[in-house]
Amino acid sequence: MNAENLIALLIAAPLLGAAVLLLGGRRLDGVGHWIGTLLSTASFVFGVILFADLLGRNAEHRTLTQHLWTWISVGSFQADVTFRLDQLSMTFVLLITGVGSLIHVYSIGYMEHDERRRRFFGYLNLFLAAMLLLVLADNYLLLYVGWEGVGLASYLLIGFWQHKPSAATAAKKAFLVNRVGDMGLSIAIMLMFTTFGTFAFGPVFSHVGDASEGKLTAIGLMLLLAACGKSAQVPLQSWLGDAMEGPTPVSALIHAATMVTAGVYLIVRSGDVFNAAPDAQLVVTVVGAVTLLFGAIVGCAKDDIKKALAGSTMSQIGYMVLAAGLGPIGYVFAIMHLVTHGFFKAGLFLGAGSVMHGMNDEVDMRKYGGLRKYMPVTFITFGLGYLAIIGFPGLSGFFSKDKIIEAAFAKGGTEGWILGACALLGAAITAFYMTRVMLMTFFGEERWRNQPTRSPQAPSAEPAAEHHGEHAEPHPHESPKVMTIPMIVLAVGSVFGGAFFSIGDRFLHWLEPVTGHSEGDSPLSAATVTGATMVCLVIGVGIAYVQYGRRPVPAVAPRGSLLTRAARRDLLQDDFNHVVLVRGGEHLTRSLVYVDHTLVDGVVNGTAAGFGGLSGRLRKLQNGYARSYAVSMFGGAALLVAATLLMRAV
Amino acid sequence: MSFPLLTATAALPAVGAIATAAVPAARRTAAKWLALVVSLATLVLAVVVLVRFDPDGARYQLTESHPWIADFGVRYDLGVDGIAAVLIALTALLIPFIVLAGWHDADPLETGSKRWRPTQGFFALILAVEAMVIISFESTDVFLFYIFFEAMLIPMYFLIGGFGDRAHEHGEEAASTQRSYAAVKFLLYNLVGGLIMLAAVIGLYVVAGNFSLTEIAQARANGSLHMATSTERWLFLGFFFAFAVKAPLWPLHTWLPNAMQESTAPVAVLITAVVDKVGTFAMLRYCLQLFPEASKWATPVILVLAVIGIIYGALLAVGQRDIKRLVAYASISHFGFIILGIFAMTSQGQSGATLYMVNHGISTAALMLVAGFLISRRGSRLIADYGGVQKVAPVLAGTFLIGGLATLSLPGLAPFVSEFLVLVGTFTRYPAIGIVATFGIVLAALYTLVLYQRTMTGPVKPEVSAMPDLRARELVVVAPLIVLLIFLGVYPKPVTDIVNPAVKQTMSDVHKTDPKPEAEAAK
Amino acid sequence: MNPVYYLYLAALLFTIGATGVLIRRNAIVVFMCIELMLNACNLAFVVFSRMHGNLDGQIIAFFTMVVAAAEVVVGLAIIVSLFRTRHSASVDDASLMKL
Repeated sequence: MNAENLIALLIAAPLLGAAVLLLGGRRLDGVGHWIGTLLSTASFVFGVILFADLLGRNAEHRTLTQHLWTWISVGSFQADVTFRLDQLSMTFVLLITGVGSLIHVYSIGYMEHDERRRRFFGYLNLFLAAMLLLVLADNYLLLYVGWEGVGLASYLLIGFWQHKPSAATAAKKAFLVNRVGDMGLSIAIMLMFTTFGTFAFGPVFSHVGDASEGKLTAIGLMLLLAACGKSAQVPLQSWLGDAMEGPTPVSALIHAATMVTAGVYLIVRSGDVFNAAPDAQLVVTVVGAVTLLFGAIVGCAKDDIKKALAGSTMSQIGYMVLAAGLGPIGYVFAIMHLVTHGFFKAGLFLGAGSVMHGMNDEVDMRKYGGLRKYMPVTFITFGLGYLAIIGFPGLSGFFSKDKIIEAAFAKGGTEGWILGACALLGAAITAFYMTRVMLMTFFGEERWRNQPTRSPQAPSAEPAAEHHGEHAEPHPHESPKVMTIPMIVLAVGSVFGGAFFSIGDRFLHWLEPVTGHSEGDSPLSAATVTGATMVCLVIGVGIAYVQYGRRPVPAVAPRGSLLTRAARRDLLQDDFNHVVLVRGGEHLTRSLVYVDHTLVDGVVNGTAAGFGGLSGRLRKLQNGYARSYAVSMFGGAALLVAATLLMRAV
Repeated sequence: MSFPLLTATAALPAVGAIATAAVPAARRTAAKWLALVVSLATLVLAVVVLVRFDPDGARYQLTESHPWIADFGVRYDLGVDGIAAVLIALTALLIPFIVLAGWHDADPLETGSKRWRPTQGFFALILAVEAMVIISFESTDVFLFYIFFEAMLIPMYFLIGGFGDRAHEHGEEAASTQRSYAAVKFLLYNLVGGLIMLAAVIGLYVVAGNFSLTEIAQARANGSLHMATSTERWLFLGFFFAFAVKAPLWPLHTWLPNAMQESTAPVAVLITAVVDKVGTFAMLRYCLQLFPEASKWATPVILVLAVIGIIYGALLAVGQRDIKRLVAYASISHFGFIILGIFAMTSQGQSGATLYMVNHGISTAALMLVAGFLISRRGSRLIADYGGVQKVAPVLAGTFLIGGLATLSLPGLAPFVSEFLVLVGTFTRYPAIGIVATFGIVLAALYTLVLYQRTMTGPVKPEVSAMPDLRARELVVVAPLIVLLIFLGVYPKPVTDIVNPAVKQTMSDVHKTDPKPEAEAAK
Repeated sequence: MNPVYYLYLAALLFTIGATGVLIRRNAIVVFMCIELMLNACNLAFVVFSRMHGNLDGQIIAFFTMVVAAAEVVVGLAIIVSLFRTRHSASVDDASLMKL
């Protein structure tokens, strides 16, 4: 059996799972989670087989394609259902199915008390299928299917607890903001079609040279818009924080490890287009740099553990986008950071979920504290993830983030200095907010004692809360094995992943044939950059320790500075959206409804009324008196005669 | 002489309509079954037409030709091209679902009401509409087409005016008044359109000397029939106006929300998914073939109107409080896409538009019929009266969501393929218009998801807490539509293969070719 | 004698008849006025026949008489039955033609 034929199975397995679980009905409630986990693991196994197959080939022959059928064919518009497995997609396949399977396992425990667990697994499987389609597609239109498919799965999962209006609203918001990005992707595809006559990866990339730079810049910017939507980059970042309404495994899988990184995949995949459009690349780096600071600042101010982590995700993806915008000097590191981030951020989220599981689903970190004694495994795995994300030497974040900072300086010129400085500053803030999360959760006094822990944001939110009963004081406890084992596996990945990839530049050699690579000439030596990063790290951790480790954490958030308050409100982005888009839109639609009723309909109705009035008057002539009819007859006859005579005379 | 397949396809529902009407008053259920069987048999015939149709063969196939009114050159000419064949299949496909979904819509009201609901009449009228729609798709004689184009207004008028939703917030009296208003509005709009078209039809006869579509089109193509520029434009406008009312194109759309709001859900589907398609179909067949130059002359204005319709319809859908009105405005937005595709004059646009007609028919049917099931349970059309339905009726909510996702053109479902083709087809020739139209996809997501959120999610409202989930009959209606939506979304080739050659012909009628890609053109 | 004078007479008779039809309410009078108009026409036909020297006009005059006779039969019947139901021969009472 050819390896190519396995590619479709990667997608088919979770798709089958989704179909079976969602159509199967209640009779599958008892086994649904096992079916879901089994099929996602099966997909992972196929992934490993294919990976082994790729490793057995030369670096140049590691691109497999599988053509299934012609999807759309109209005139010169040709879209095929064709899959392409190369080193880049292989990396994603392993990340998606690997982390995905772990999170399936974790969810068995986490969702145990939810009566709709079967459906949850169905949605998770649907997500895996769509995400795999996204990274395996061989043309942009098929990618678009996966792109919106993950959006749908994300919509369903964010709004999984639909009875909460906040969850339903967050789901809708995520989908809508993503749609704005999708618009960018549609326009990019249309531009490609008018420019190249095709939108399949191979032909587009090989014909980049034939197109004008203006067109390529336009395509690049539209792809960036798409990436901004999916990867929560400024200015389309507002949905990610709200997306934390979804169950925590969803936040870990979709909104940390995989889906939100799809934008980075898109940019790296379209590297050939961006390489030929420096202006677009510049915008990409600016977006990345702004977002990495934006997310970090938001992450500093949030008291909700998941929202703090969401800010962090935004910021880390900012790093990746920044790296992807640097061109060939950054592509590999963008993906490397993406993979290591997938490990440690998923681990952190699962840890957060485990904490919530033990704390009656409390999410406010001000009501945590001193949990390390009660949840040792969670504490250790979360701690390792923490060390990895802040870039502690030797752990995976250290390798991947350091490379990005180096690459940013290597961009050269003023831009290089500015981008590098932003990246360094981001590293310091990352160290600060992650230390804050760590200290507030696992250290300090036990602030959860003697108070009911039902936060106002989440009334009867997660079903587990109902399970534990109403106003009980929480009894922090370690989560069951089915939840801790995935956390341990991810922690191991966060510790060793970076080193494994970096030693001997393994990851670089693996990806280079797809993405290309070039060494920039950095004004700073690698050692200088690493040193500077370490200094930033120490400063960030130090400030956080002074503020949250030495002093007691107030149970109610202090008012804080103007920046803190703004950051708590996501730097006022939502307020802007609300005032400009929501209110403005409401006014617009309301006035349009009025216009449609009075003006458009009114013109037609007015015409009708005019005719009605006219006929009313004419009707008076029909009075039913034979003599008056006779008069009109005679009058008419006389008129005719007169007219005839007149015509004769003339 | 071979078996007159096309006549049979149109005649079967016509005969069925008469037979259904003739069923004695007491045998109500028998009439329903008769209508269902007839509509299914028609579907079989339509499928035979589709199978017998050879995409690579002559332009019009399965032709039948008989003199009818010899003095005026009116003939009974039938024939189908790929576009017509597909749309006949769509019509025949949807009618059984409409019949099944409206199974109880015309039952006599329960005790205490004097209103008599003629069940037989309801189903007979639906079949009559089907017959007329099919024959207007089949006709290749302008006069014959005109007659049935107009005649279908009569049964539609009675369907809208005579059968409304069971419950109404202001009581039966007010409901009846509003229904009459909607029905009369529908009739007047379409009659005015038809009247102007009649003038143009007569004008065409004066110019061309006969009514045969094929002969006139051929004479136009080889130059033997010359029309003065102004004549051609006036005739084009006469035809186009009628089709634009029926389609409906902004700003001639205001009859549709009233008509869809007041009629029962199956009839609303009949209006928007079946009858309105005759309008867009006729634009493709009559406007472009008979008046190619005038069509090109009018294109800029029509494209702008279509784009306004897309955005305007979507914005209005967002502002609606009534579920059915919302779907109606969404349809107006979608008709904007169809007309955009037709007049973009690219093969992607026109194939996309044809495919869009099919997909819009199926997706609107799915969404609207489920909405109808929902409304029949609670007895209210107002969005605000629902909430949390997902919890009590998950299957209903799930199918409603899929219908909604199809309406917002989610990739993987059929409408995406057609919408994207229309957008690409427009973009290659008119990039600015294409980009504005793309905004429609964001707005579509907005109105669909807002509708879903307000009705299906959130805390369960006390009034809906006892709502039953979909019944077997209702599931039989919805499930096949959803399967089709997925199938045509993943594998639209069976339809595009039939449509593409016909579109190629139409493109050559208007002397247009697809623009070349820039990179190729540069070489 | 100049035949044109007969034409003037015919016109006069016709005008009298027409005026009567228009202004009188009694159905019988209206009816007689119609007869008057018909006979005015007859007179004109005969005069024209004389002026042009052929017999067509006289033949048509006979036709007119036949029509007039038939009309009297039908018309009187209508008037009588109207009178029976309404006890009035006024034409204005029969305004049922109005919608």
